[in-house]
Amino acid sequence: MGSVPFVLALVCVAALLFGAGRWLNISYAFFAAYVVVQYIVLGTAWNILGGYTGYVNFGITAFFALGAYSTVVLYKLAPSLPLPIMMVVGGIVAGLVGLGTGYLTLRLRGIFFSIATLALAVVVQTLITNWDYVGGARGAYVLRPRVAPLIGGDYIQYLFLLMLGLCVIALATARAIEHSALGYGFAAIRDDEGAAEASGVPTLRLKLIATVLSGGFMGMAGAPLPYYVTYLDPASGFSLNYAVNAIAMPLIGGTSSWLGPVVGAVLVGGLQEYIRVTISSAANVLVAGVLLVVFVILAPEGIVGLFRRRR
Amino acid sequence: MDASLDLLTNAVISGLLLGGFYAAVSIGVAISFGMLDIVNIAHPGFILLGSYVAYFANTVLGMDPILAAVIALPAFYALGAVVYQIYYVAFERRQDQSLGGLSFFFGLLFITEVALVLIFGVDYRLVQARYIGPSLHFGWIELPLRLLVPFLVSMIMVVGLQIFLSRSFLGRAIEAVAQDQLALRLMAANPTRIKRVAFGISFATAAIAGAILIIIQPVEPSIGREYIGRVFAICVLGGLGSFSGMVIAAVTLGVVESLTSTFFGPSWAPAVSFGVLLVTLAVRPSGILGR
Repeated sequence: MGSVPFVLALVCVAALLFGAGRWLNISYAFFAAYVVVQYIVLGTAWNILGGYTGYVNFGITAFFALGAYSTVVLYKLAPSLPLPIMMVVGGIVAGLVGLGTGYLTLRLRGIFFSIATLALAVVVQTLITNWDYVGGARGAYVLRPRVAPLIGGDYIQYLFLLMLGLCVIALATARAIEHSALGYGFAAIRDDEGAAEASGVPTLRLKLIATVLSGGFMGMAGAPLPYYVTYLDPASGFSLNYAVNAIAMPLIGGTSSWLGPVVGAVLVGGLQEYIRVTISSAANVLVAGVLLVVFVILAPEGIVGLFRRRR
Repeated sequence: MDASLDLLTNAVISGLLLGGFYAAVSIGVAISFGMLDIVNIAHPGFILLGSYVAYFANTVLGMDPILAAVIALPAFYALGAVVYQIYYVAFERRQDQSLGGLSFFFGLLFITEVALVLIFGVDYRLVQARYIGPSLHFGWIELPLRLLVPFLVSMIMVVGLQIFLSRSFLGRAIEAVAQDQLALRLMAANPTRIKRVAFGISFATAAIAGAILIIIQPVEPSIGREYIGRVFAICVLGGLGSFSGMVIAAVTLGVVESLTSTFFGPSWAPAVSFGVLLVTLAVRPSGILGR
């Protein structure tokens, strides 16, 4: 499939999903589906760096929360600003932080980058906790408009539509990367960075591109969060669940293609939602962690890889 | 005595004591990451496991937390050996240490944290012991026993391990693994077995570190994450695989953090380690005493 038909197909699937939601018109369905689609975006974003180049980013919460908190700042400065613009700003902020961290640490062995991102999550949380303007440790309230702009209906429908749109863009980007020179460069870095460097692949530049794209998408995924939760505090914005899910879902689905994060997010996200409703919310967070460990040990190629091997 | 000088001296002293404690927290990673090249980012989670073992023994059995940790040492060692065996079979043998191995330890960190939340809840827990509370006074200098005891325990552990590694046969074998695994294989020795022992030891240090952590401060399951940045900052700054470098780095970080929290407020202290880590990685990735 070419790139244009692929994007068209994605848009069709997204439109169908949204249409089905409108027809059902259950708010809960939108709230639950928003989380799953958000995780598809986060998983895809993580996979652009982690799956394609092999550099593990643990600082998902940092990028995600940077997006969320730039929305809080914009909300305080200009409450009437349309949410899509806030998402772009959140993406830019997170992308720039990714660029800075990557520039300082990506020249070393991959592990140092991973450790730096782990520490980045802690330091961004410290900064936000100490920043009174965005609510500090007390948290910030964001008023969600009752009615969605443009499309009418409940505001959550608008949030879901935006996240769906972002998801289409993220998946199209990921797939385009896979089939481009950029993607082959990434794969070369993943397989043997020394050999790639020696054959003239500009490894640092490619790694920086991947980091910025990955961080930017995470920031954009986080930007609507304040409107979704309406009350955002550092403890929930920086919850480790986001990081674990965003890493677990691509690894469970399979890191080698754009389909992996989708499969992982739909399966794990759906399972978690099911457990949250039927058993308890404490048990649901454990699921991703346990599945992550089981899959990296027993099926490192993920679900997509299992099917591919059988074929 | 000038009040601010007084404050400064006490901040430096508590920083030194705190740094000594950081050495105990970091030594497990100095062994696993620095010598064995196993990036065990779950170590802070295991340290918290140690804290809760000490908490349990202290509140239920009325046992001294450090004694409880010493009793728990063999169990932690065995757990570490099991974790290494899984890691070896699943990742090291497949040459998949970076993506798979890192995610494995990240998953373990998360599972440990959530399991502790499910068992003990998210409230802060603390232990009772005679040395928690009183302080020694030398003029205007105050030495809280709550910090002094962990400092001494930590130093005993670090020095003991250093002697073990440099004097005993097994310790030298571990040093040899750290230097050149291939050469060891060519001498018909089995690096995997030695690494399993070493990883078990590194895991066992978490029992002691956890017990003295809960002596120093009340503990809840998520504070392990704060220690990840700190521990790796110390190991990188100290130069991987060098114990003396690690101790110097730990004490340095302790003093800087203590000064930061005295003069800018304790909520800024976690940012210090990240700054140190980034500057080290950017300027001198081999650390102050790196090989």
